[in-house]
Amino acid sequence: MSGLFSEDAWLMVWAHKDTFILGFMNTLETSMAAILLSLVIGIVIGLMSMSDRSLLRSINRVYVEFIQNTPLLLQICVLYYALAFSGHKLGILLTGILALGVYHGAYMAEVFRAGIGAIPKGQFEAAESQGFSYVGKMYYVILPQSIKIILPPLVNQIVNLIKNTAVLYIIGGSDLISLTYNFVTGATTGGAYAPAYLVCGALFFLICFPLSMLAGLWEANLKKQDGREAGAEKKVAAT
Amino acid sequence: MMIKLDHINKYFGDVQVLQDINLEVREGEKLVIIGPSGSGKSTTVRCMNFLEEPTSGHVYIDGKELTRKNKMELVRDTTSMVFQQFNLYPHMTVLKNLTLAPMKLHGKSREEAEELAYHYLDVVGLRNKADAYPNTLSGGQQQRIAIARALCVQSKIILFDEPTSALDPETIQEVLDVMIKLAKEANITMVVVTHEMGFARQVADRVVFMADGQILEEGPPEHFFLNPKNERVKKFLSKIIR
Repeated sequence: MSGLFSEDAWLMVWAHKDTFILGFMNTLETSMAAILLSLVIGIVIGLMSMSDRSLLRSINRVYVEFIQNTPLLLQICVLYYALAFSGHKLGILLTGILALGVYHGAYMAEVFRAGIGAIPKGQFEAAESQGFSYVGKMYYVILPQSIKIILPPLVNQIVNLIKNTAVLYIIGGSDLISLTYNFVTGATTGGAYAPAYLVCGALFFLICFPLSMLAGLWEANLKKQDGREAGAEKKVAAT
Repeated sequence: MMIKLDHINKYFGDVQVLQDINLEVREGEKLVIIGPSGSGKSTTVRCMNFLEEPTSGHVYIDGKELTRKNKMELVRDTTSMVFQQFNLYPHMTVLKNLTLAPMKLHGKSREEAEELAYHYLDVVGLRNKADAYPNTLSGGQQQRIAIARALCVQSKIILFDEPTSALDPETIQEVLDVMIKLAKEANITMVVVTHEMGFARQVADRVVFMADGQILEEGPPEHFFLNPKNERVKKFLSKIIR
């Protein structure tokens, strides 16, 4: 095969388009499940950081620090190989979902912690003084206010998670990155490096870019709103 | 007794902010708590709805002991609070601020809750602000809305924690006027932490002076104007009564 961008190479990729579509779908599925898991972990662990009970706050710190300060690649190897050797085989898909969910759950927890922490103490007290339960206070008063602070970094985490499906390669996954790599190194399909990687990149871009754009827009909108609110406060102070 | 504080002590870390506070408030009584900042007056009212939990001692509300376990129900059913910083919910309109607790906690229908809300908006003179968001209102208006929100749950007790301290001088009176009207017309038990001695003189049944976490002197408001006994009280009053 001659030339990185030769017609042959492109045709080869086209002929195996099903491989790329399969990888794309696998990456999407794994991501979606892992995103859900990371959101649940993020909310639960994040709320723990706000608890009155020191045990829950400790759990939050240990979880977040441990997960954030060890490589994702190591975590997924532990989950897959270490557990496999002890006789608990999870399977590639489940391992991928768990590893990504647990890893990004730690980051989501920090996102939720920051978002809820940004709400003034008086809001919590107003809800408590009215007799709201913890859940009622969070649901009606605190979360609706923190959601606009939480959303932009939350979407960034989702984008990172989707890109991090690449680590599934280490356990022989059938995600987009793994299948692309297998394709370009395969005995019968090998060699079409440039087109294959371009297609792979384009597919990732197709999911991640709109999400990033959305996050950016939210962030800009948030800043504008903050400006308005600060202005309104100034007006109040001046009256 | 509507409220009874029984040998309340409160520590923040190593600092003792309340020392053996004993205080009883009758049903319908208007009690004003005055004193220099850092004297524990805010902490005292915040113990009455367990926003602060006493380190030791007992709080009784309407005959029932307030505990960590029952505080949600007991506070919901008996007390409201008006804060120094208003603490209106900024993501809701005024009407939503007023109807949230009645609908979600007191089982009122939307119609009932809105009827109540408009009634109390009339009381505070802000019916036309029902659809406004809190941060578009002046401080005085926000505090009047906060008072309406406290009234909407029709509790027997309203606690006021320095309700005019964050306001500009021009808007203080409009808030005080609403509070005076309430004190004169309604049989609500009011506990008010404030520096407004004119307000105390007009509506208080009893004034309590606190300093260094203790109650130093108490009596009817005239007592404080005519012949306070404690030197700390005399010095403090000479500074705030002009």
